[in-house]
Amino acid sequence: MQTIDMATTPLRELNSALQAQAETTNQTQWVIENPKGAHAVAVGLDAPIEVTVKGSTGYYCAGMNKQATVHVTGSAGPGVAENMMSGTVIIDGDASQYAGATGHGGLLVIKGNASSRCGISMKGIDIVVHGNIGHMSAFMAQSGNLVVCGNAGDALGDSLYEARLFVRGSVKSLGSDCIEKEMRPEHIEILKDLLERAGSDAKPEEFKRYGSARTLYNFHVDHASAY
Amino acid sequence: MCGIVGLFLKKDELRPQLGDLLTDMLITMTDRGPDSAGIAIYGDETGGLKMTVQSDTPAVTFAGLDAALAEVLGGPVTMKVVDTHAVLDLPEGTEAAARDFMKARGIRVMGAGASMEIFKEIGLPKDVAARFGIRAMGGSHGIGHTRMATESAVTTLGAHPFSTGDDQCLVHNGSLSNHNQMRRVLTEKGFAPQTQNDTEVAACYISSRLAEGANLGEALEGTLDDLDGFFTFVVGTKNGFGVVRDPIACKPAVMAETEDYVAFGSEYRAFAKLPGIDTARVWEPEPATVYFWER
Repeated sequence: MQTIDMATTPLRELNSALQAQAETTNQTQWVIENPKGAHAVAVGLDAPIEVTVKGSTGYYCAGMNKQATVHVTGSAGPGVAENMMSGTVIIDGDASQYAGATGHGGLLVIKGNASSRCGISMKGIDIVVHGNIGHMSAFMAQSGNLVVCGNAGDALGDSLYEARLFVRGSVKSLGSDCIEKEMRPEHIEILKDLLERAGSDAKPEEFKRYGSARTLYNFHVDHASAY
Repeated sequence: MCGIVGLFLKKDELRPQLGDLLTDMLITMTDRGPDSAGIAIYGDETGGLKMTVQSDTPAVTFAGLDAALAEVLGGPVTMKVVDTHAVLDLPEGTEAAARDFMKARGIRVMGAGASMEIFKEIGLPKDVAARFGIRAMGGSHGIGHTRMATESAVTTLGAHPFSTGDDQCLVHNGSLSNHNQMRRVLTEKGFAPQTQNDTEVAACYISSRLAEGANLGEALEGTLDDLDGFFTFVVGTKNGFGVVRDPIACKPAVMAETEDYVAFGSEYRAFAKLPGIDTARVWEPEPATVYFWER
């Protein structure tokens, strides 16, 4: 196991060491100590390594992640796992705004709450939040799954494309063109798999599914006065 | 972008460390605001009125200021000069006369109150904190700000915190869009801002609401209806400490609470050196929600 102490190792050195790991590395276990809210911890990784960050991180932790598993034992600041491509990011505490924004793939698990704009413009990432999410989450979300075991804030899924949203608790309000949809067996299957992988014991049957009404996809002459 | 830090102590044991803790918090927020920095600190009460004043030529301006002021006010005045600032201890009931005196001499009043002292200057937070010896200051609560200027010039008077009422101060991350309109409204009410800065308008707004009899929570609630724009405000009063974010809540904020204190930071890293932070309750304040503590 490799241990890097951020109290003595500069951030760039840390990220360079992690980014230098190849597909075939045998240094697969990394522990990062004393992050103390630092920005851009463990970003741009592209190897099947496991990184445990002991403490809380600042902006953009695990951004652009590929293949790696990044586990933060504290809370994460804004933009955690932003633009993730693959791999897994797990936050034991809360995540600040725009967690998982624009993510193309992989799994982001937030065991506490996520604040506003969670999964904004997500493009294929799966996000499972054990707690609640804030307002404007999944805004313009294109594909992937957002699973919320708690409640969702205002304007969930505004201007949504084809991402699937699953919420167990209440939704304060739905955004434009986001509607509740029927939960079919294939959705229960997707949900079951995601909850299992995210370590949640919530039951898929307790969730409601929300998706796009697809009325904003094309220009509609009745809306002409709105432009 | 700007950085905000705040610390409100629940127990007296940490009082001597307040300035030290706040200084570390302030310095971690340098990246968010390298233009100017300031701190309002609620220290020991002297029984009189503390007035913090500022001059760009302190050696000349502050020479004999206490004696001249004592003569005009007809009572004892003590003065503590700290770099470009001086904290004057005035007899009770002399604030208006003292303010007139300062105005006539072109001396800037940064704030006044029974316990609040306020220090702010342009420059890096570490330099500003060192010039004023913030580390050595004790007190019950304090609020600091590192500024990246957007709405008005980088000047001492444009630095935060803004104080527009006795023992009141406000810091702001964001920018207000209806400040010109509000400036006219507040001027008519007798709470005229002294600068072109948007944040001072918010400070005047809080002062006007408190003067009308609102408590701190109600005054902060009012900002959600009456102020337009982006804001995270942190406000101090003699006994209170409050936080409010606008409904969009783009401007970052994180809070921590233990049995000993409530802390505010624009980012978590501001808390890294606080005692007991590893076991503190840490959370992000909700949008359009008022948080305040009073002792």
